[in-house]
Amino acid sequence: MQLKAEKVSFAYKKGVQILNQVDFVVNSGEVVGLTAPSGFGKTTLARILAGYEKPASGLVTLDGSPLPKSGYNPVQLIFQHPEKAVNPKWKMRRVLEETGGYTAESLHQMGIMPEWLERWPRELSGGELQRFCVLRVLNERTRFIIADEMTTMLDAVTQAQIWNTVLDFAKKHDIGIVAISHERDLLEAVCTRIERL
Amino acid sequence: MKKEPLLSIRNYGVSFTRYEAGLKSRNLQVISSLDIDVHEGEIVAIVGSSGSGKSLLADGIFGILPYNAVLSGEIYYDGKLLTQQDKEALRGREMSLIPQSVNYLDPLKKVGKQVELSVRDKDKKKRRKVVEDLFARYNLSPEVYDYHPFQLSGGMARRVLLTTALAAGSRLIVADEPTPGLDEVALKEVLKDFRVLVDSGCSILMITHDINAAVTIADRVAIFYAGMTLEIASSEDFRGDGQALRHPYSKALHAAIPANGFRATPGFQPYSDNLPEGCVFCDRCDRKTERCLKERPEFRELRGGKVRCHHAT
Amino acid sequence: MKERKTPLLRGIRARTLLSVSCFAALILIIFIWGSSIGESDLFVDLNKVFLKPSADHIFGTDWVGRDMLLRTVKGLSLSIKIGVLCSVFSCAMGMVLGILAPLIGGWVDTFVNWLVDLVLSIPHTLVVMLVSIACGGGLRGLIIGVVATHWTSLTRVIRAEVLQIKESEYTKVSRKFGKSTLYIAREHIFPQVIPQLVVGVVLIFPHAILHEASLTFLGFGLPAHEPAIGIILSESMKYITSGKWWLAVFPGAALICISLMVSSIGRNIQKLISPSASHK
Repeated sequence: MQLKAEKVSFAYKKGVQILNQVDFVVNSGEVVGLTAPSGFGKTTLARILAGYEKPASGLVTLDGSPLPKSGYNPVQLIFQHPEKAVNPKWKMRRVLEETGGYTAESLHQMGIMPEWLERWPRELSGGELQRFCVLRVLNERTRFIIADEMTTMLDAVTQAQIWNTVLDFAKKHDIGIVAISHERDLLEAVCTRIERL
Repeated sequence: MKKEPLLSIRNYGVSFTRYEAGLKSRNLQVISSLDIDVHEGEIVAIVGSSGSGKSLLADGIFGILPYNAVLSGEIYYDGKLLTQQDKEALRGREMSLIPQSVNYLDPLKKVGKQVELSVRDKDKKKRRKVVEDLFARYNLSPEVYDYHPFQLSGGMARRVLLTTALAAGSRLIVADEPTPGLDEVALKEVLKDFRVLVDSGCSILMITHDINAAVTIADRVAIFYAGMTLEIASSEDFRGDGQALRHPYSKALHAAIPANGFRATPGFQPYSDNLPEGCVFCDRCDRKTERCLKERPEFRELRGGKVRCHHAT
Repeated sequence: MKERKTPLLRGIRARTLLSVSCFAALILIIFIWGSSIGESDLFVDLNKVFLKPSADHIFGTDWVGRDMLLRTVKGLSLSIKIGVLCSVFSCAMGMVLGILAPLIGGWVDTFVNWLVDLVLSIPHTLVVMLVSIACGGGLRGLIIGVVATHWTSLTRVIRAEVLQIKESEYTKVSRKFGKSTLYIAREHIFPQVIPQLVVGVVLIFPHAILHEASLTFLGFGLPAHEPAIGIILSESMKYITSGKWWLAVFPGAALICISLMVSSIGRNIQKLISPSASHK
């Protein structure tokens, strides 16, 4: 499968051009890095690729067709700040059940303790929350994962744990990954190719 | 003769009593034992993951912990034991905090004006000049002065927050997560400016989760885990193959760095309400013995640094 | 860490629950008692007019010798009925419109917004009166009148809350997981607006009672021989200057108590529902 952005442009209301005719391609099985200085539009491109924003001009296609407007989106975005991506009034168990649940095995692989399922989001640390955010998209229906500074807020060991699990899963299920980070060393360790905006 | 450290934190602890759903109340020992010294002209980093309790340290130093916090241990500044009143007198003047996010700024005021609040000068023009100079030094274009906080991108926000502390001219600066989101260019600028600050007499205590940033910027690094300091080492110890490191967790951190092999040590940090009786790193350590399970190690001197481990050599 | 279930009642949460149950039970008791008081209990006895409070008549008697305690309780139960019905209907309407309008968006949202502004711009006492009369007066007319004018502020508050929640990442994420609008409304949004709903119910309650009082006073609300507490109070005002204080004080105090109890129930439910509020 191929996720492609063609000549994508985007501007915020004040007429500030963030993205200008950007092309980007990622295929299943690849891990493509995306790096740029802050403020250059990495997150904006990530959101456009995952269908959270519409480009002002240009096209995003999945194997030639536009991204689906309803139903499970095969392109899933993992945010830099997991606290914002989960409902603060839901218990963690429910967060996982929203996309089909979990098994003892999958919890273990993600480094999630069963007790955490009964906790509220604000009782967990950033690293633990992010594990949940990652686990809920690691399923059969996801074809592409856009990791937008996924581990930037986490310590080195948690970062290594989460990335290793994600890369493992992606390899097994032929999922394409877009890794967005400002950290060169991280991208060199995980990516098959690196693009600059 | 060794000079008295500017800031000295001894066996510091913070706990909370919390009520939760159901009929329970529990006592959370969020910080059990924190020991760190910052000497004049030094940059010291405290490295801990989210959930280790490190953010409360800054609140503790400045006396802004929540009402239900219970403190233990001592904080000394310039040799004097700090009381709550001392903290209130020193903060914003001798000691400044660079907060974690732009949420700490007033969303309705222009950022330039907010930074100006830190400058101690009666002359409005002079105050503005100080701020404009600081902004220029941090590659912030002149119009940023009139921006509101929501208009700042991540990196810009960090730089503006840095200037609030610099504008006050403090001797001790506590920087809470000063580096995430900064690209390499901006990161090197921050490094440079921290160094310049230090060379002109400031001392910096940096709180971060980013071991890379800590090792690049700081002279000494304190590893903070599950509410206690596990090791204090020089940045040099973290470079190269990491053999000079004392604690198994420090070595795990070193090994996990992408450039060093990106090796993940399984397991995670225990919770404040679920701390083991013995060593807090025990369940993840491959060198644990019976003694580790039962007896919590003391923080001792070793090879010029400090470590909390029974087996460190 | 496993949560142990303790058999004993202690802690703030237990006390809150107890408080809510007690007040709710009390209000229910008054309502049932009041409803069971019949015409025969409120008999006129001209030998016993204006009796001060005593063992026989704890709240005294009125200008035609009726027992004030029974009158008060009956009036209260009627007021409670009116208050509850008005609150519930207003809130149901406010909630549905407040959640669905911003979620569906577009012209639906614009229309509802316009409607809210329209209703709020007219002095509502007037509208309550007109609508009540147009709907035939009496209890039914009154309730329709109050509901038609009081759903608006709640809708506004809830709509603002929903708009904010709509912008949060997790609702957008939910959409990307393939969830429908109804799912998002039910699972993500509704739980978050419950606090506002509870506040809304609590605030409308005393309003409704006061509107009933003014309407009945003007002759349009409830029949005068079946007075709710509002009328009892206004009639008692005539006699205060001649020293018949018990005619106003007891019903007045009773009304205040009921309002306070409802308010307390509202706040406590909020505390129970919201985990962060229960730490103090």
